[in-house]
Amino acid sequence: MTLLTILIDGLAYGMVLFVLASGLSVTLGLMNFVNLAHGAFAMVGGYVTVVLMQRYGVHFLWTLPAAFLTAAAAGYVLERTLYRPMYAKSHLDQVVFSIGLVFMAVAAMKYVMGSQQQIISLPEWLRGRFDVFGVSIGRYRFFVFVLCGLLALTLHFVFSRTRFGSRLRAAVDDARVARGLGIPVNGLFAITFAVGSGLAGFGGALGIELLGLDPTFPLKFMIYFLIVVTVGGTTTITGPFLAAMLLGVADVMGKYLIPQAGAFIIYALMVALLLLRPEGLFSRSRS
Amino acid sequence: MSGENLPGRVYGSLLAARRWHPAEIAFWLLAVVVYFALPRQLLLLNEIAILALFALSLDLILGYAGIVSLGHAAFLGMGAYVAGLLALHVTADPLIGLVAASAASALLGLVTSPLVLKGNDLTRLMVTLGIGLLMLELANSLSFITGGADGLQGIVMGNLLGVFEFDLFGKTAYAYSLSVLFILFLIARRIVHSPFGLSLRAIRDNSLRATAAGVPRNGRLAAVYTLSAAYAGAAGALLAQTTSFVSLDVLDFHRSADVMLVLILGGPGWLYGGLVGSIAFKFLQDLIAGWTPQYWQFWIGLLLVLFVLGGREILHGGIKGLVARIPFLQRGRRP
Amino acid sequence: MSAALQTTGLSKTFGGITASDDINFTLERGARHALIGPNGAGKTTFVNLLTGVLKPTAGTVTLNGKDITGLSREARVRRGMARTFQINQLFATMTPLEMIAAVTSERLGLGSRLFRSMTGERALIDETADILARFRLDDIMDETISTLPYGKQRQIEIAAAFAAKPSVLLLDEPAAGVPEAERKELLDTVAALPADVSVLLIEHDMDIVFRFATRITVLVNGRVLAEDAPDIVARDPAVRAAYLGEAGHG
Repeated sequence: MTLLTILIDGLAYGMVLFVLASGLSVTLGLMNFVNLAHGAFAMVGGYVTVVLMQRYGVHFLWTLPAAFLTAAAAGYVLERTLYRPMYAKSHLDQVVFSIGLVFMAVAAMKYVMGSQQQIISLPEWLRGRFDVFGVSIGRYRFFVFVLCGLLALTLHFVFSRTRFGSRLRAAVDDARVARGLGIPVNGLFAITFAVGSGLAGFGGALGIELLGLDPTFPLKFMIYFLIVVTVGGTTTITGPFLAAMLLGVADVMGKYLIPQAGAFIIYALMVALLLLRPEGLFSRSRS
Repeated sequence: MSGENLPGRVYGSLLAARRWHPAEIAFWLLAVVVYFALPRQLLLLNEIAILALFALSLDLILGYAGIVSLGHAAFLGMGAYVAGLLALHVTADPLIGLVAASAASALLGLVTSPLVLKGNDLTRLMVTLGIGLLMLELANSLSFITGGADGLQGIVMGNLLGVFEFDLFGKTAYAYSLSVLFILFLIARRIVHSPFGLSLRAIRDNSLRATAAGVPRNGRLAAVYTLSAAYAGAAGALLAQTTSFVSLDVLDFHRSADVMLVLILGGPGWLYGGLVGSIAFKFLQDLIAGWTPQYWQFWIGLLLVLFVLGGREILHGGIKGLVARIPFLQRGRRP
Repeated sequence: MSAALQTTGLSKTFGGITASDDINFTLERGARHALIGPNGAGKTTFVNLLTGVLKPTAGTVTLNGKDITGLSREARVRRGMARTFQINQLFATMTPLEMIAAVTSERLGLGSRLFRSMTGERALIDETADILARFRLDDIMDETISTLPYGKQRQIEIAAAFAAKPSVLLLDEPAAGVPEAERKELLDTVAALPADVSVLLIEHDMDIVFRFATRITVLVNGRVLAEDAPDIVARDPAVRAAYLGEAGHG
């Protein structure tokens, strides 16, 4: 394994993390809501792909939009019904609420799908590796890298160049002022929550091959999403993107180079970063 | 009104706040009675007492100082491992283990306290979660000390006070855990009603005003965080000693989450929240697990969701209504 | 004898913006001194510099003749400077008794005592009772602060600052938002503060300023524009131009 190969693995991994966490960063910034259950939507997406492929023989590529749509629909419904009453409550209540949701999602998925790791068989053209200037690159990782890269660019464009994006940014900046300006913050949030959940579902589907998938997924990767958001901030797309890349590369490198340290490096890195920037990047503290 | 002896009335109010309520005495008597009344449930009762102590520890920082934590298992685990290792390699005396475990956890609390002093609730949740996971990874990596995934096995505890042998039915275990819980509860009760305790509530209520009143925020929070860590360490020691086993599970995220849920169920900030919450939690867990062992988490999750979505108001309102009908409980202390 | 509070050459810049510009200010002992100025004049920055929320770019702050420029907020409180806030900062879940006791116990140095019982502290009880009586809070002392009417809460805000037994008391718009019916009681307690406490009143409301202050400092664009007795300041054309012209709506 050359360093470059590891680097590309790390970048692909980071790309998936970004897609998984991007929705969380916007919902957290927008409503100041701590949604620890974000990973549950990712898990839903992952299982949609598994079921469609294993039981109905749907082509992998076609399962991706299905994963997105299912998770988005779940996000939309839950936002309308359960999440909305929680916005006005304390962070503590939000944390308890979303942990409750995670527990339910984990147990329910265990009941429906069993607790084993899910494996999918990728189409032929995504398997194996190819060489570029002597550097061996996994086809699937390259595919993920390109797909998520395009997605990140699209998100960046939507966020920074469109009317929707500018309204969203205004709302993230100060929801009260935005409301005063006539921006329908609640509606924006419903859409954003749905899209964010959908993206998580999409990331969950793409990530089966890279992160694995079993019912404990929402718990296992919760800290990763939170790191991306904490380190990357909530006001831009670039922040979480860079954070996800950093996290992906650091994690993959750490695991290859110092396997005995496990995830230690990542957590230490996060704590250190939070120490250096204690307000994290949720710096708009409203104490 | 104000003509009469005001200092006397002030004294009276301060005294009333810390006087023992009959319901409190009844609660502790009941805890002793069940030792004799439910001999088959002593193992479960022991688990409840330990969870209650752990939740009491969280209440000290969350309920009284407003520090949210998603990584409190770090201190439970530290205590459990120190007690377990001590029993394996140094001395089998439970009390020495208990003290050493508390001290080690307190030290960890003191060292990590600067991390939780900074930032807002969100950062704090993240940092404590990070510390918790860091400790888990550390214990996993240091498998030559901790036994890694296999855990510490073959712990044999000496007799409590040199007399009481730890038995299979949990007789000694429950008596031991309950005694430790009670003593630490008394200390906590004393502390929260002290000027120190009042200054913590001041910080929790309004940090800006507390500072403007001359309260050194960081010092006080560091002190209570360390104290809370010591309590969690004691709970960890009890866990290790009464089950003769320590595994990575003591550091797992679900421990931190569960204890927070327990405290939220019982209500933070009145010392009994963790105690009542742990009884409710353990009985529910036991009940649901007996019915659907693999999926009990689902029902706990559902309970929590319903609880914060409005069930709490209904439940607490109901209890308040009930209390109002019982003359014996008339001097209500909860808001 | 040194002044109660004094600043020399006090300046603060944020980036390129000068919020406080070479402020030389003296609060005499026992003074009833008002600090006025239009919005954005730098009053808040000045107060933050005095209380230690901000560190000055240049200049010094002395309290009772001692340099406190480098001291923390808490240390300044312990040396005798207390303040109220424009927006109430209360211990909302406590009772007035508990809040006053919390401040008093800190002043008496009891706050770090883990095992001390409050009922055993004679001085704490007497002082708390004294302040509750002075601010007419004794009949509501066992109620939860968050449930009290706004005027009473404002009263507690001042009582809590006063409980720190300050030699210098900064009152930041004490009557702001208080309904007319409760206003008189509040202003009476302000007027009844003991003469040996030096009071700096930061205020928008000219009625209160002229009723209460014996000396006025006008701050404009972070600089002292004028300082004198109220009647002279009121006639100062520069002040009228800069400030009084737009006053009256605080």
